Amino acid sequence: MAGGSSTLNAIHVREVTRSFLIDRQPLVAVEGASFDVPQGSIVAIVGPNGSGKSTLLRLIGGLLQPDSGEIRIGDRPVEGADPRVGIVFQEPRLLPWRDVIGNVALPLELADVPRKRREERARDQLGLVGLSGFDGARPHQLSGGMRQRAAVARALVREPGVLLLDEPFSALDALTRERLDLELLRLWERTGTTIVLVTHDIAEAVFLADRVLVLSSRPGRVVADVPVELPRPRDRSGMDAAAFSSAAAAVREHLETGAEAAP
Amino acid sequence: MRAFRTTAPIVVAAAVFLAFWKLVVMVGDYPPFILPAPEVVGARFVRAWTDGVMTPHAVTTLSEILLGFAAGASLALLIGYLLARSRLAERLLSPYLVAAQATPILALAPLIALWFGSGLAGKVLICALIVFFPVAVSTMVGIRSVDRGLLELGQSLRATRWQVVTKLEVPAALPQILGGMRVGVTLAVVGAIVGEWAGGDQGLGVLINLARGSLFDIPLMFATLLTIALIGVTLYLAVLIVERRLVGARA
Repeated sequence: MAGGSSTLNAIHVREVTRSFLIDRQPLVAVEGASFDVPQGSIVAIVGPNGSGKSTLLRLIGGLLQPDSGEIRIGDRPVEGADPRVGIVFQEPRLLPWRDVIGNVALPLELADVPRKRREERARDQLGLVGLSGFDGARPHQLSGGMRQRAAVARALVREPGVLLLDEPFSALDALTRERLDLELLRLWERTGTTIVLVTHDIAEAVFLADRVLVLSSRPGRVVADVPVELPRPRDRSGMDAAAFSSAAAAVREHLETGAEAAP
Repeated sequence: MRAFRTTAPIVVAAAVFLAFWKLVVMVGDYPPFILPAPEVVGARFVRAWTDGVMTPHAVTTLSEILLGFAAGASLALLIGYLLARSRLAERLLSPYLVAAQATPILALAPLIALWFGSGLAGKVLICALIVFFPVAVSTMVGIRSVDRGLLELGQSLRATRWQVVTKLEVPAALPQILGGMRVGVTLAVVGAIVGEWAGGDQGLGVLINLARGSLFDIPLMFATLLTIALIGVTLYLAVLIVERRLVGARA
């Protein structure tokens, strides 16, 4: 993984505001957001619908530009879609006309990596997400969970220092989601990627993250930064139930007050 | 077994059609210069191809169709893309496109013959014009309906404009584009014949006029019609095969 200084893949968000014009009315999606994500940690962002979680994630990934404020990864600002970032969207967004290997290799293909090398790396990545042997399958032949694994493999194939996930498993059934959460942790333990994850599921946020940021609804402000004091490596059976529920309760409380504060 | 299941209905339908044709000729007792029997047309068809009467005309018409289709479809891809992605282009171009489409090609053909003479160019132009509209519209609709999520994915992977077009937008819109081409290629056949009627010295349209007029060989006229129909069906199937190969595996 991208090594070097221990802050190379830390994320710094400073007083970031972004609004949109909806029917010519400015709508503030994210207001004055400031936080840091240390290198190699996992931060979850939770918030009610319309709290600007996805906007915030897209700002970090450089898919949107802030109206004001600054976002840095390491010591370099994010200006436009950033090659140091891999993104997993809510939907798998696989190209239906390509097989799995062609989909996972797409980021390398767009970066002009020769076919043989990119397919090797894509195949390695498929192995890491538990999809070995599905190289030639088409997206429509895969289950929802497998499609999202392929999307994770595609996001990781360029070995980004930062992985952003936008409610990545929310469309899956509960059991599949729990399994993919666990696999995400195993991948993270192996790679040490800095992860920012948007979710509306408090339990998922607490299970995965070192810290949970709570956003208020419109305009999205960071109203709480809840640390999760659970030892790693984590799994569901060996978890400290008391620590888990106290963190979850804290997140829930902030979510509820944040929602009330909204007009 | 599967091949049998797909071909059997086609063969049966053809047999029913030929039998009905034969029946009409027999019951109505039509002379061959009004409605020749199927076997008469069949024999004339074989003779026209073996004695070399049909070949140069068929080659001429086919070249007009293929060149016109290539030119019209390529331009339509370009313009269709522009229409989908540029408001300005849509506002500037769409009135002319609709007006051009609303003007019957039959009415334009004599004018084009006047300007371009009786050679290849005029027919290619007519074919291109007739192919243009369905392909341009289907390209526009196809490109517009490309999932925005895919475009955002391309953005996140820092795809260049050209990579977005060739690796995301066009492949995503391909089912619609090929649908338009299927319509376009059969229209191109019509365009070639119309162009030859308006002024031409060779081609299947010319041969029909000759067979009906100075040669007064109605079975040859039917054999020529059969050739035209076969060209149309073959080209349609060719596009369909391309479509199956490129799009079929998506499901």
